[in-house]
Amino acid sequence: MLHIYCPYCEEFREEDEFHPVGEAHIERPLEPEALTDEQWSQYLFFRKNPRGLHHEMWVHGAGCRKFFNMTRHTVTYKILETYKMGQQPSVVAEESE
Amino acid sequence: MSDLVKVESPLQHADFAALSALTTEGGVVLREDALLGHVNLRGNAQDPEFVAGVAKALGLALPLAPCSSAQNDDTTIMWLSPDEWIILVEGGKEEATEASLRANLTGHFAVSDISGGQTILELSGDDCIKVLQKSTGYDVHLDNFPIGKVVGTTFAKSSAHIRRTGEQSFQLVIRRSFSDYIWLWLQQSSKEYGLRIAL
Repeated sequence: MLHIYCPYCEEFREEDEFHPVGEAHIERPLEPEALTDEQWSQYLFFRKNPRGLHHEMWVHGAGCRKFFNMTRHTVTYKILETYKMGQQPSVVAEESE
Repeated sequence: MSDLVKVESPLQHADFAALSALTTEGGVVLREDALLGHVNLRGNAQDPEFVAGVAKALGLALPLAPCSSAQNDDTTIMWLSPDEWIILVEGGKEEATEASLRANLTGHFAVSDISGGQTILELSGDDCIKVLQKSTGYDVHLDNFPIGKVVGTTFAKSSAHIRRTGEQSFQLVIRRSFSDYIWLWLQQSSKEYGLRIAL
């Protein structure tokens, strides 16, 4: 079980109370009609699947019902930080594309 | 016209009045605080006008700290999330509370009367903490869960907002559609300690 810090309730809660929602920091394009089909499909369907640090969105469904972001290591499952919506992560993976 | 409508608690069928006469012993005491007025309030806690308006309407300051609550003789406010609160008032006063909030608030806010959507169970007694420990993953130790704290968490296979009202007493705010399930769950999980129904 993961022990997750909710940045809105400001305390650790059991994983039972949360749901993962997917990759974080996906912005809806301001002008969808100006995009090519490929760009639109990238926005809609294609997600990162890194081996290592991943920024993802969770929702505290049984608690404050707020969405928030989390930086988690996908191999060790270690949660490095959780932060509120609209904020940027302080822990980021080194660029090694 | 309104006299024709008979309001019933979602646990009406359990007949707590009859059950309360059955036993006066038991480590767990359950009481339904039925038919209170529940008003859900949403708004921006960073807006001083909103906070002041609520205090003026209710005569009670809005609890702004996470997981906190505020109470006076006739009103209880529980923090649900940074922009959401539930206000409990005596049954029948919810309309006046809603009207008073609407009269004192301006801008972007929402007030909804959700009295029919949920009910309140009060758990107390020497063994009530053991029953809670079986029912929720949240740490209910007094150090972690002081009096007045409110947590929204899982409860059995449902969820509840749990507020500690005393060292050995708790309020559970539950959804009416889950009330029968939770009533069955509480009967089962308090069986080994003995369950007494209070009125």
